[in-house]
Amino acid sequence: MDDINLSSSRRAFLRGSVALAGATAAGGAAASQPDPLITELQDWASITGEGVDETPYGLPIEFESDVIRRNVPWLTADPISSINFTPIHALDGTITPQGCAFERHHSGAIELRKEDYRLMINGLVDTPLVFTYEDIERFPRENHVYFCECAANTGMEWAGAQLNGVQFTHGMIHNMEYTGVPLRLLLKEAGLDRAGDLSDKWVYVEGADASSNGRSIPMEKALDDVIVAFKANGEALRKEHGYPVRLVVPGWEGNMWVKWLRRIEVTDMAVESREETSKYTDVLEDGTARKWTWVMDAKSVITSPSPQSPIPHGPGPLVISGLAWSGHGKITRVDVSKDGGMNWETARLGKQGDSKALTRFYLDTEWDGEEMLLQARAMDETGYVQPTKDALREVRGENSVYHNNCIQTWFVNKDGEAENVEVS
Amino acid sequence: MSKSPNILVPALGGTALVLGVAYGLSSREHGDTEIELLQDRVEQVLVQADDARAQAATEVATANALKAEIEDVRATAALQVASGGSLTQPAPRLVESLGLGREAHQEEIAAWDVDVLPDGRGLPPGKGDVYTGEEVFATYCAACHGDFAEGVDNWPVLAGGFDTLADKDPVKTVGSYWPYLSTVWDYVHRSMPFGGAQTLTDDEVYAIVAYILYSNDLVDDDFELSHENFMDVEMHNADGFVVEGRDTEEYPIWRDEPCMSDCKDSVDITMRASVLDVTPETEEEGEDDAALELPQETPSTTTVQEAPVIKTAAVATPDPELAAAGKKVFRKCQSCHAVGEGAKHKTGPVLNNVLGSQIASVDGFKYSNALTEAGAAGGTWDAETLAAFLENPKKYLKGTKMAFAGLKRKEDQEAVAAYLATFLGNPG
Ligand code: HEC
Ligand code: HEC
Repeated sequence: MDDINLSSSRRAFLRGSVALAGATAAGGAAASQPDPLITELQDWASITGEGVDETPYGLPIEFESDVIRRNVPWLTADPISSINFTPIHALDGTITPQGCAFERHHSGAIELRKEDYRLMINGLVDTPLVFTYEDIERFPRENHVYFCECAANTGMEWAGAQLNGVQFTHGMIHNMEYTGVPLRLLLKEAGLDRAGDLSDKWVYVEGADASSNGRSIPMEKALDDVIVAFKANGEALRKEHGYPVRLVVPGWEGNMWVKWLRRIEVTDMAVESREETSKYTDVLEDGTARKWTWVMDAKSVITSPSPQSPIPHGPGPLVISGLAWSGHGKITRVDVSKDGGMNWETARLGKQGDSKALTRFYLDTEWDGEEMLLQARAMDETGYVQPTKDALREVRGENSVYHNNCIQTWFVNKDGEAENVEVS
Repeated sequence: MSKSPNILVPALGGTALVLGVAYGLSSREHGDTEIELLQDRVEQVLVQADDARAQAATEVATANALKAEIEDVRATAALQVASGGSLTQPAPRLVESLGLGREAHQEEIAAWDVDVLPDGRGLPPGKGDVYTGEEVFATYCAACHGDFAEGVDNWPVLAGGFDTLADKDPVKTVGSYWPYLSTVWDYVHRSMPFGGAQTLTDDEVYAIVAYILYSNDLVDDDFELSHENFMDVEMHNADGFVVEGRDTEEYPIWRDEPCMSDCKDSVDITMRASVLDVTPETEEEGEDDAALELPQETPSTTTVQEAPVIKTAAVATPDPELAAAGKKVFRKCQSCHAVGEGAKHKTGPVLNNVLGSQIASVDGFKYSNALTEAGAAGGTWDAETLAAFLENPKKYLKGTKMAFAGLKRKEDQEAVAAYLATFLGNPG
C-alpha cells in the first residue's frame, strides 16, 4: 500500500512540476498559442461520466491522492502505537475531513460495534449507571467545532528545525464539528450529591481499547464544556477517531480526548495514570517537571507556502495562508512576517474565529520573487501573544517534548521552494 | 418522546420561545424587556375582578418561574458568548433525571474499575518477588523491553536514566521519572504486555513490578512486593513534579502588545531542516528512483514459484474470502507476529510456513520449553491443533509464553488459519 501511495504521490508531484513550468512560462501574460484545452473538444465534454450508482460513499478524486496522512516510521517502534499527521499543507478552510485527520493510538484502532458499546459512570456518584449507545442518543445534544491538538505537536522542533513539512511539524491537529451530549448531563443523571464539594473532585475517563488509555479531568472542566461525542462533521465518528463514542475536551491536549470511551469515574484525587505522569508532563531545564499542563496555548503556522506546498508561480499576487488556534478561547489577530520577524503585517482572518477552534488566516500580498523568511504570530482573546522559539526555550529549556507553540519559520527561495529553518 | 415532557425545562411552549429569543440575541436588555412585559401583564391581571384572583396567582408563579429561567439562560448565554460559538442552543438543563441507562451491577464495576490511586486504593490483595518477576518479565516483556528493562531498539526503556532529567535528552524511566508506584502496577496490569493486555494475574503483576523496582536499584534482590508493603516503597522522583506554571511564569510576560516594525537589527538562519534530513520521503524524488524499484520484485516472484509443494498438502487451498476475513482477525496478532516476505521475529515467531509444519520449528526464535517439547514430541500445526491453541493458548499448552487472551469464535479461528495458509512458501 505504502509503495503505491508513494509512487502515485511522486507522479502527482511530477505532474505538478510540469504544470508549474507551463504556468511560469505563461507568467500570467498573454498566451502565445490558443489553449487546446479550450479549442479542442475534450472527452469529458462529450462522453458521459459515472452514474449515481457508482460510488455509494466516495473518496477524494484520484488526482488528490497526495493529500493523505503520513507517519514518521523512525519515531516509534511499532505503527500500532504511533502517530500520523494531517496533510494541513493541502487543506484550506478550517474543517478537517475525518479521513485524513491525524491518528494517535496506543494499541491500534479497534472495531467496536454500537451494539457492543457500553458506557459506565461510577465512583462518587449517587447511582452507578451503564448506558448503551442508544441511551446516549436520547440525551439532549449540542454541536460545536473544536480543534484537537496532540500535546506533542511540533515537539520535534524543541531540538531545532528537523522535519521538512508543515504536515510533520504541525500536523498533529484536526478540527471537526462534533455532535454529542454535554458530559455534565450524564454526570447529573448519575447524581453528584454523593461527591459533596465538587471543587476538589475529578472525573477519570478511560477507553475500551487494549491500551485502556485513561486521564483525570478536574470536575470544573467536566461540568463546563466537555462533550461525549458520537458524530463528527455530520457523520459517525470514524473507527480511528473512536467509533462509536469519544470524549471531546475543548482546548485541552488531545490525549485527554479519550476514544472508544467506556468508563467515567468520579474520584477524589487524580489517578496519576501513566499518561499523566510518564507522558504528557514537561521536563524543565533543571530536571523538575510540570504536570497537569492541559491547555493548548495560542499557536499559528503558515500552511502555504511551506516545504510541501511551494509557490507554484512566479512573482506577482500571492496568497499566504495558514491556521491559528488557542485553547484559551478565540483567536483575535494573526500577524505575518516575510523577513524573519523584523516587520509584521496583520493578516485577514478567514472567518472571525470560533472559541477553541481553528481559524484560517490569509495575507493577500505581492511577491517580488525574492527570498522570504515567513512567520506567523497569533494572539488570542486573553491578550496572549504566541512566543518565539527562543522565548519558549528561555523559560522551559530544551528538555521538553510537549506544548511547543513557538513561532515557525519557513525559508522561501527565489524558485518558491520552502524549507523549515530557525532564525536568530 | 421522553416519559415526562416536564423534565426538560423549556418544554412549556411560551417559555421555550422566551428562552430561545433571549439566547438568540444573547442580550440582557432584551431579557429585561421581557420581564417588564410579563410584570405589566401580571399587574393588569391583579386589578381585575375577584374571580380572576386564583388565575392571577398562577400567573405570578409562572412569571416568577420565568424570571428565574431567564436569569439562568442569561448566565448560559453570557458563558456562550464568552466561550464562543455553539452551533446549537445550549442543551436544556435537566431538572430531574431522564431515567436513562440502568444501574451498574457490582460485578460489572469490579470488572472495569481496576485503576489504582496514588494512595494505593484499588490494589487487589497479592504478592510477588523479584526472582519470580525476573522470570515472568523474561517471558512476557523482555522481547520488547529487554532482559533488564533497558529497552530493545525503539521500544520503551523502563530502567536507568538516573540523573539525566536535566540533560537535553532526558531518559525518562520508571526509575528516573515516575513519581508513583501505583502508576506502574496500574499500567502493567491494564495495558501490558502489548498485544496481550489484561492477561496477567495479580500476583504476576506484583512480581513484575518488584522486578522493575529491582532493575531500578529501588529494592534488593530478595524483595517481595505485596499490597501490604506497597506504600512503603519510595520512588526516586517522587518530588520531581510541580503543578502547571505557565499561568505565573509565562502568560504575564507574553501579553505585551507585539512589535510590528523594525523589531530586530538583523535576521540570520541558524539551523535548517535539510541538514539533518530526517523527513520521511514523500514527493521529492526523481524518476530514476522509481525505475530502480522494479527489478527488486523479480527475485521474490521466483522464490514463490520455487516454494516446496509439500507444505500445501496439509491444508486445502484457502478460500480467498475466508482469507480476507482472516487478514482482519490477524490484526489481533500483529503486535507480536509478522508474516510475509522479509518478516522478522517480534515477541512471537514469524508465522509464514506454520501450517503443516512442526510446532516450534522456526529458526532463530527462542520458544518456551512447553512449546519446544510439544514440537519435539512430533506435534504439528494443522487446522485443528491451531484452532485449539488459538482458542485459549495457555489452556491448550500450559507454559506457553504466548500472552494472548484467545480467539473465542470458531469463524475467527478458521479465518486466521486460512489467512496464514496464504503465506505458505514465503521465505523466512
Ligand atoms: C510487543 C512489545 C511489548 C511487549 C511484549 C511489552 N511491552 Fe510494554 N510497551 C510497549 C509499547 C509499544 C509501549 C508504549 C505504549 C504506548 O505508546 O502507549 C510500552 C510501554 C510500557 C511501559 C510504560 C513505559 C513508559 O515509559 O511510559 C511499561 C511500564 C511497560 N510497557 C511494561 C511492560 C511489561 C511489564 C511487559 C510484560 C508484561 C511489557 N511491557 C510487554 C511494548 C511492549
Ligand atoms: C502478546 C503477543 C502475542 C500475540 C498477541 C499472539 N501471539 Fe502467537 N505467539 C506469541 C509467542 C511469544 C509465541 C511463542 C510461544 C512459546 O514459545 O510458548 C507464539 C506462538 C505462536 C504460534 C506457534 C508458532 C510456532 O512456531 O510453533 C502460533 C501458530 C501463533 N503464535 C499464532 C498466533 C495467532 C494466529 C495470533 C492472533 C490470533 C497470535 N499468535 C497472537 C506471542 C503472541
